[in-house]
Amino acid sequence: MEQLFMRYLPKSPTDREQMLREIGVKSIDDLFAPIPKEYRLNRDLAIPRQMAESEIIEWFRARAAENGTGYSMFLGAGAYNHYRPVAIDALISRGEWFTAYTPYQPEIAQGTLQAIFEFQTMICELTGMEVANASMYDGSTGAAEALMMAVRLTGRGHTVVARSVHPEYREVIATYIQHQHMPFTEVGFGSDGRVDLKALEAAITDDTACVLVQSPNFFGTIEDIAALAEIAHKRGALLVVSIAEALSLGIVKPPAEADIISMETQSFGVPLSYGGPYAGVIATKEKFIRQIPGRLVGETTDRNGKRGYVLTLSTREQHIRREKATSNICTNQALIALMVNIYMTVYGREGLKELAKQNLAKAAYARQEFGKNAKVLFDGAPRFNEFVVQTKEDATGISRRLNEKKIIGGLPLKKFYPELGNASLWCCTELNTREQIDAAAKEVR
Amino acid sequence: MTDNNKIKKVSTHISQNEGLIFEKSSPGKKAYRLAPLDVPEVDEKQALGKIARVDLGNLPEVSEMEIIRHFTRLSTWNYAVDHGMYPLGSCTMKYNARVNEVVARLDGLAGAHPYQPEQISQGSLQVLKTLSEQLVEICGMDAITLQPAAGAHGELTGILLVRAYLESKGNPRKKVLIPDSAHGTNPATAAMAGYEVENLKSNAAGMVDLPSLEAQMNEDVAGLMLTNPSTIGVFEQQIGKIAEILHSKGGLLYMDGANMNALVGKARPGDFGVDVMHLNLHKTFSTPHGGGGPGSGPVAVKKMLEPFLPTPVVVEKNGKLALEYNRPQSIGRVRMFYGNFGMHIRALAYIMANGPDGLRLTTEDAVLNANYIRKKLEGVFDLPYSTPSMHEVVFSDKLQAKNGIKTGDIAKRLIDYGFHPYTVSFPMIVHGALMIEPTESESKEELDQFIEAMKAVAEEAETNPELIKNAPYNTRVSRMDETGAARKPILRWKP
Repeated sequence: MEQLFMRYLPKSPTDREQMLREIGVKSIDDLFAPIPKEYRLNRDLAIPRQMAESEIIEWFRARAAENGTGYSMFLGAGAYNHYRPVAIDALISRGEWFTAYTPYQPEIAQGTLQAIFEFQTMICELTGMEVANASMYDGSTGAAEALMMAVRLTGRGHTVVARSVHPEYREVIATYIQHQHMPFTEVGFGSDGRVDLKALEAAITDDTACVLVQSPNFFGTIEDIAALAEIAHKRGALLVVSIAEALSLGIVKPPAEADIISMETQSFGVPLSYGGPYAGVIATKEKFIRQIPGRLVGETTDRNGKRGYVLTLSTREQHIRREKATSNICTNQALIALMVNIYMTVYGREGLKELAKQNLAKAAYARQEFGKNAKVLFDGAPRFNEFVVQTKEDATGISRRLNEKKIIGGLPLKKFYPELGNASLWCCTELNTREQIDAAAKEVR
Repeated sequence: MTDNNKIKKVSTHISQNEGLIFEKSSPGKKAYRLAPLDVPEVDEKQALGKIARVDLGNLPEVSEMEIIRHFTRLSTWNYAVDHGMYPLGSCTMKYNARVNEVVARLDGLAGAHPYQPEQISQGSLQVLKTLSEQLVEICGMDAITLQPAAGAHGELTGILLVRAYLESKGNPRKKVLIPDSAHGTNPATAAMAGYEVENLKSNAAGMVDLPSLEAQMNEDVAGLMLTNPSTIGVFEQQIGKIAEILHSKGGLLYMDGANMNALVGKARPGDFGVDVMHLNLHKTFSTPHGGGGPGSGPVAVKKMLEPFLPTPVVVEKNGKLALEYNRPQSIGRVRMFYGNFGMHIRALAYIMANGPDGLRLTTEDAVLNANYIRKKLEGVFDLPYSTPSMHEVVFSDKLQAKNGIKTGDIAKRLIDYGFHPYTVSFPMIVHGALMIEPTESESKEELDQFIEAMKAVAEEAETNPELIKNAPYNTRVSRMDETGAARKPILRWKP
């Protein structure tokens, strides 16, 4: 009979025997004696046998093939198909990055700590905010946490959320706050796709902690942040801005009037990966720092006066404050934040702008081409790389037809916004060629 | 003095200095070239008006070569599982297999958009379905959601499920019981789900104190959040009785699965009365910790909680896989899309590489390693609980504290010996705790070196405590001024 082994385990049968002997037990089962007999599993788990590395790769290749490759992609809606410079994977594949733990021991984690410090700095530069945290799970949970942060800061309970915020973000928010005595009101959008300002004014009360909007919003339209801020601040409420397409900040002024920004950073070098892992981040004003959720890295010195970095202000966090913490978040998205950091470094001050300009141009061209056969909605306001098209034909039918031509078309919106009829949300990035856009536009009518 | 002949695992070597990336920046350097634009250019001032951005401030301008060196140099300042033993208790720092990284990066999976039509997402859905089924079998539960992004996120999901279930029975109840040995995420989670937290004390064996539980359990209590094995690495031998006490009063048993590495293939929480539990794929199922994430925190439940799971769930319809959204009793979404899919791929690849016998052997080795360390260090360090250990062992600094040496000091000195420290000062029920979890990934040789290093530090605590108080010596930086960092926070670079 073949001796049992598993290739990740660095022990020979002799090692195991010797260790058992030194512990002073007869067999490994003796070490499991604390588990009452009736609860011990006396059979193999009903899962497939050990597989060879080649078999594992083969299995996943088959799954990848079932998904299909080689499609041109026009989906955005919170997950964006941007080019990923190869330096990202080359660097994060170093074991020192991906097999390290949270940097609780700063003397042997300066790499991770400095990288997070650089990430926080770049997020500040990009968003125009004074401070940023080390990352959140993603944009949707980040938005919910930003809302809860506003409630803590103002001591008020009610919140107002724009319907033009990503529908799944709103679902997550509803789940998060349902038992926290935080009622929220949704406000609709006007004919230009932006928040209906009159409805917003009417929705805010003296108990409103904050107004949450997304910009560019779910329809790709850029909100009038200054006007929104004025309305919110007039009543003592904070303005929270959620940003799902981080690259928009390459060409659109950051929402400087906001009090809290919650951003999804997936656009910056993070694979689509069927929806995750991504990374969110919360940026805000310095005076709000004690209420920010999640980890923070700060600069300090060692005993010899040498510059270095540590996790700081942890008295906000669950491992110290327990039920009184700002959030229950512990693990965040450090490796994804590192991808984002490398991406921002590769493109930098000039590249993010150039790239954003290309996105702006591609979407503008597509809008013009799609407008020939179909109606482009919400054209009265500025937008970045997404737009909504209304068609005669059902959007799901169009999508199916496009799939046959190796095109993944826009997202049908009927599920989220039935009032828009046969509408779909399209996105063009630097990766969509003119040829692809022309081919898609021909089919959308 | 700082070096000695007992430091065998490491030698110091040249470490490259490197400033912040902003300090390398200068105008005109670039690390990219875009493909030429094939559509007409748009003037942003015309398109966007006064919201057009002119300047991106202090984002860096550097070349590709500098980027590679920058992040490579930084990486060399980190300790990692790839370097050696990383015995952080409760964190399960095990080997992260390379094949996991390869399959997660396959084009058809890494390039899949979450909203691409189901007919061209069959491969992704199959991954979700297969992993779900296998985790359900491993846990002995009935259903699962893969949506939560990390352990604490899974806890929130699990407690919301408990609440929704109890609400459907007419009363969500007011309190959640949490042992004093629990992770901080447990009470923080209960508070987020709208529950009051009631502390439950441990008995002399470090286990749940049954009389206390009996006294505190009543119709106001929604459930108990229990880590099993507990944070001191002890299996709750009265687990059946604990579940019975809860169930008899209509409460639910939530299991924090942080320590599932002690049980896989040997015992199943579903078989010992657990109603709902989360797993940490980044602990037990080897998805890399990545310097603090991404994680993944699936939540497995018994049948009666299934209707309340977050939407969507993967279902089979006419021989094809589909996402079902119409579930009226669902607690709602806890995250957009379907969770940390890339981590699901890695965890599944890990389970495939192991099979039933590999998973069992893994658990056995994890428990063997912890008990080996316990045996060899007992007496050298104080063992506050003599209850048998599973996958981790908790000592205290009692013997060293009489010389003024605390667990945090021992940890720092251990760094000079070439090891990442254990978990310091946790769980809170042990004063001055040293929480050691070797995992299955350590060879006997590595364990012996660790044991020798711990003994050497204990000896130094007797003979030269001052030496320990100023450790580490052989790192790039010495002990950091953490108080100063918190007093005057500098959270970003400024020119």
